[in-house]
Amino acid sequence: MSNVVLLALTGLGLGALYFLIASGLSLIFGLADVLNFAHGLFLAVGAYGTWWSSTHLGFPFVPAVAFGVVAGTATAVLVETLLIRPLYRRTIEQVLVTVGLSLAGVALLQAAFGADPLTFPRPEWATGTTRILGAIVPNDRFLLIGAAVVVLVAIQVFLRRTRFGLIVRAGVEDRTMVTALGINVRTAFTLVFAIGGAAAALAGALAGVYFGNVSPGQGTSLLIFAFIVVVIGGMGSVTGSAVAAVLVGLVQQFTSFYAAAGVGEASVVLLLAVVLLARPGGLAGRAA
Amino acid sequence: MTPLLELADLHVRIGSSHILQGVGFAVPATGVTAVLGRNGAGKTTTLKAVLGIVPKTGSVRLDGEEIGALPTHAIVRRGLGYAPEDRGIFAGLTVTENLRLAERGRGPHRYDLVYEMFPELKQRGAQRAGTLSGGQQQMVAIGRTLLNDNRMLLVDEPTKGLAPKIVTEVADVLERAAREVPILLVEQNLALVRRIADHVVVIEQGTVVHTGEAASLLSDPDLTRELLGVA
Repeated sequence: MSNVVLLALTGLGLGALYFLIASGLSLIFGLADVLNFAHGLFLAVGAYGTWWSSTHLGFPFVPAVAFGVVAGTATAVLVETLLIRPLYRRTIEQVLVTVGLSLAGVALLQAAFGADPLTFPRPEWATGTTRILGAIVPNDRFLLIGAAVVVLVAIQVFLRRTRFGLIVRAGVEDRTMVTALGINVRTAFTLVFAIGGAAAALAGALAGVYFGNVSPGQGTSLLIFAFIVVVIGGMGSVTGSAVAAVLVGLVQQFTSFYAAAGVGEASVVLLLAVVLLARPGGLAGRAA
Repeated sequence: MTPLLELADLHVRIGSSHILQGVGFAVPATGVTAVLGRNGAGKTTTLKAVLGIVPKTGSVRLDGEEIGALPTHAIVRRGLGYAPEDRGIFAGLTVTENLRLAERGRGPHRYDLVYEMFPELKQRGAQRAGTLSGGQQQMVAIGRTLLNDNRMLLVDEPTKGLAPKIVTEVADVLERAAREVPILLVEQNLALVRRIADHVVVIEQGTVVHTGEAASLLSDPDLTRELLGVA
């Protein structure tokens, strides 16, 4: 029983991390039709921004995370404005630019901070454990789950209660018609990049807490699972991403524990195949 | 009378197809101007070219101002309301959200007029637009164009696929709307055109082959048959 509880909460924590990355990816693809392979860079900037402001500026944990999130958001806005905006509707060029940016980002981080993992500053509470139903659960799992729930609620409030949210929801359905109503949809593109960048940067900071370190390639490896989550959840659906992230996190944890190391990753790919065969558009989205 | 909208030498190429081949005509500042022609003649593409939805060359002037090079949202904000052929409804949004999305500027937005013309939209405000019937979706599409103080409405085949009773209702609405704002209407339903159109433009294979009074074209069976293939 204690193993099940620990695996479930660890799976939910991992799923929370995937959701934070996938929510922005999904919104960006859904609205702007951009497959953003540079999303891992926003995560890495958030992680290194948190680490740097904590170790060099002496920021406590929460302000350090806020610093990382602001840095990630600014990076996302800059990338959208300078590199993606001239390439809307040019899919191949977008893929080339974002893949190139992702590779260049890892190289730049290696040059600036070294290739070795750096120990991440974690708040004391997050390094402790809590006993639940006989399981000793690391506290960082609750931090990840709590952050993902807050972000999910915030995104839903934004989408359901604001005019920009309305524009984003409409744009995911039919971007051309949104412009034909007199709305400059490009502003909404920048906004979803900012939201996606902020969530990914937060994921970067929390990944540092979860793994205990930060490394240049961390964003890229997490991005692969985030893409799987986006496809399973349905392109453009934040709620679908949330459900898919929980599924992927749980399947990965349980199969890794009860089968063998490496099976967890393979089982996620199998889950992707099963979902796509049953529902080609994903759990909640339009056709991929 | 000075035209409100003037198109000159419009060309649209999509892939290897040269769809509009120098379309040019003027739309008066009052009444309904119907764009007629056989399937594939370029009628819908003409509306899309005016709005910048498809890439084009040529000139589009609204009240003397050249708007052809502007992006779509800026053209629409000059005062053009658009109800597309497929209605352009956002299926996942509610009826109210579909209308709210069309609000431009600070208003006032003419919900009173829209709900007076289409009381059903008020009753079904919380319903997802994707679950509406074709006629109700057309009400949303036209309602969105009436919400703002537009200078011209561009309406593309509003009666396509609708039951005869609904066609009559749509005709009533367009007739009433045309008293306040000029309409550029693409339509295949000649009975509707006879009823509400003042002027006609006939397009054939991407070029304008006839312009004039609607009554004089539609009262001439031979000319109608020659230009449109029907009488």
